[in-house]
Amino acid sequence: MNSEAAVGNLLEEAKGIIGDQQAGIRDGIVKSIYDTSENITKDVVSYTSVHRVDWDRKIDNIITSPIWGFPIMFGLLAVVFWITIAGANYPSEFLATQLFWVQGRLTELFLALSAPEWLHGFLVLGVYTALAWVVSVMLPPMAIFFPLFTLLEDAGYLPRVAFNLDRFFKKAGAHGKQALTMSMGFGCNAAGVIACRIIESPRERLIATLTNTFVPCNGRFPTIIALASLFIAGSVSVTLGSFIATLGVAGLVVFGIAVTLFVSWLLSKTLLKGEPSSFTLELPPYRKPQVGQVLVRSVIDRTIFVLSRAVVIAAPAGGLVWIMANTTIGDSTILAAAANWLDPFAGLMGLDGFILMAFILGLPANEIVFPILIMSYVSGGTLVQMESLADLRHLLIDQHGWTWLTGLCTVIFALCHWPCGTTLFTIQREQKNWRWTLLAAIIPASIGVIICITITTLARALNLV
Amino acid sequence: MGLTYQSTGRSTTREIFNVPNAGSELVIALAGNPNTGKSTVFNALTGLRQHTGNWPGKTVLRAEGSFIHGGRRYTLIDLPGTYSLHANSVEEEVARDFLCFANPDATVVVADGTCLERNLNLALQVMEITDNVIVCVNLIDEARRKKMHINIQKLSKALGVPVVPTAARSGEGLSELMDTISDVALGRVMPKPVLVRYSDEMEKAIAQMEPKVREIIGTHINTRWVALRLIDGDTKLVQAMERYYKEQNPKQADLEVLA
Repeated sequence: MNSEAAVGNLLEEAKGIIGDQQAGIRDGIVKSIYDTSENITKDVVSYTSVHRVDWDRKIDNIITSPIWGFPIMFGLLAVVFWITIAGANYPSEFLATQLFWVQGRLTELFLALSAPEWLHGFLVLGVYTALAWVVSVMLPPMAIFFPLFTLLEDAGYLPRVAFNLDRFFKKAGAHGKQALTMSMGFGCNAAGVIACRIIESPRERLIATLTNTFVPCNGRFPTIIALASLFIAGSVSVTLGSFIATLGVAGLVVFGIAVTLFVSWLLSKTLLKGEPSSFTLELPPYRKPQVGQVLVRSVIDRTIFVLSRAVVIAAPAGGLVWIMANTTIGDSTILAAAANWLDPFAGLMGLDGFILMAFILGLPANEIVFPILIMSYVSGGTLVQMESLADLRHLLIDQHGWTWLTGLCTVIFALCHWPCGTTLFTIQREQKNWRWTLLAAIIPASIGVIICITITTLARALNLV
Repeated sequence: MGLTYQSTGRSTTREIFNVPNAGSELVIALAGNPNTGKSTVFNALTGLRQHTGNWPGKTVLRAEGSFIHGGRRYTLIDLPGTYSLHANSVEEEVARDFLCFANPDATVVVADGTCLERNLNLALQVMEITDNVIVCVNLIDEARRKKMHINIQKLSKALGVPVVPTAARSGEGLSELMDTISDVALGRVMPKPVLVRYSDEMEKAIAQMEPKVREIIGTHINTRWVALRLIDGDTKLVQAMERYYKEQNPKQADLEVLA
């Protein structure tokens, strides 16, 4: 008798006995075990203090409830964004004014020293302007958003988010822990990709890796927030504007999560077929966040880190843009030529050549996409003196013909395009397969292109623009 | 005669896991959720007599130590910290395979006294595989500080296995734990686990499967549990059975040649 084959046969027999109820079996088993544990615990554990209330459990029942879980999540997200958008406006304005006042003095200094025109152009109009934009556009939203986000993290809210999202990921054929790696992605997509190690099954890990870029990271958040507040908020009254901008950003994040789920589902139905595996998620106790530590940590670890990375990359990029804008081949500058070349395709997507080029030049770090865009607009056309955010609005809308469609498509493309160089490098290191790395860039980029083209075509067909 | 699971004894299976064969030393497994102070219990019991390595063929850390109690030597195997034994991860697979195929003389499930409910889930699953289970309710000092009272007698009765409260950090309850381990390992105390009752359809299916399982694999592995896993469609367990069966095959063949 061969027991090796016999065990396999037993499995077949078991399938025969249980028939078509197979799907619910695991849940039934787990539920029976949990119920038994619960009953025993109720029986043997008592509390000596009478007034003890299990607040954690009570709060969890609301926060992770099927009905309230999502509205609360959306609400918290919206509150965080609203504080960020409403709060970032004035410091941004202030910083811009100060930094461009300094630029004026720098120019005077260069003139006084009778420095060559190209040196002034490269250093002041190129490098310094790029840095000034990075700091004034990026710093205030970051300095407000990161501490708020860290507070939520510290209080123990993020695992609850994972809990809420778990069933959706399961339905998408992905691993519930992907909700956690996704949350990490809000901090940094490269960190999110590394966090995918917590997912055991290679198939599900790959799904999580390939879709991590659909949550806006530190580097893209300020761009999105700045654009939203600049664009939406500026057009209507101040209070209503920041309210709409908030809804816009929160909606965009939800949209990103929806795209993540959709792509995960698509992958698990096509390239990466398989069943999701189950796991235990431990909900840690709620803790009173240590406000002081949160401030220090989020300012030092995140704000300074992200800002310095942006500054390091923005400085040479600013110089490069100035050179491109001031070197002429034939009868146009390199910058204009490149933008013109990209223009037809970018036009289909509701963007223009400069925007698409900024995204391409922003490959090393997403933080610099918006500053580069401003730079190329400013140095590409007549050199206007940019002194405040109102000027920025004027630049985009009046001089370069931005409509709501341009803003929307730019923001969507900021959410769905190739991950930054660091993230791609990390994916390559984790997966050790250039095909997946390439796919990690192609999938989000093509989705972004498709969505933008669809929206643009629809909007133009319906005469909305 | 072909080889069956019955014809190969427990001693050969243990060799696969690099643990002493039955008879020479008693083998005790230490299971538990992560963050329950399992390692503290392990260190407190074994002191410096321990070494670490990997599980055979897996990149999962394995710690092994020993202690002497009442003139006998006990080998203590620290299983990876897991929440369940459903083999969702390599850690769970390793822990389950050890409990299932190495047949430890006793298994201590370390539970966090401050969140007993979650920890009992694992204890209940371990009790489905092996009878010789001791539940160690650790962090009992923290539970006391949180004004929790755990009725140990009642818990022991509800589970059908010995329960020992400990605070491994301060050494509280450890000598009682060692006494209980030796009682169970040497058969002076025979735990009678109260098993989880599943839904009626499940129980019916289990009852239908169990004789068939017994016919093929014998009683060496808990047949109710194997039946349950098969109904759950656990292909990993079937693969593991085939693997361990194959691995012990050549050894058995050698013995037959020698004999």
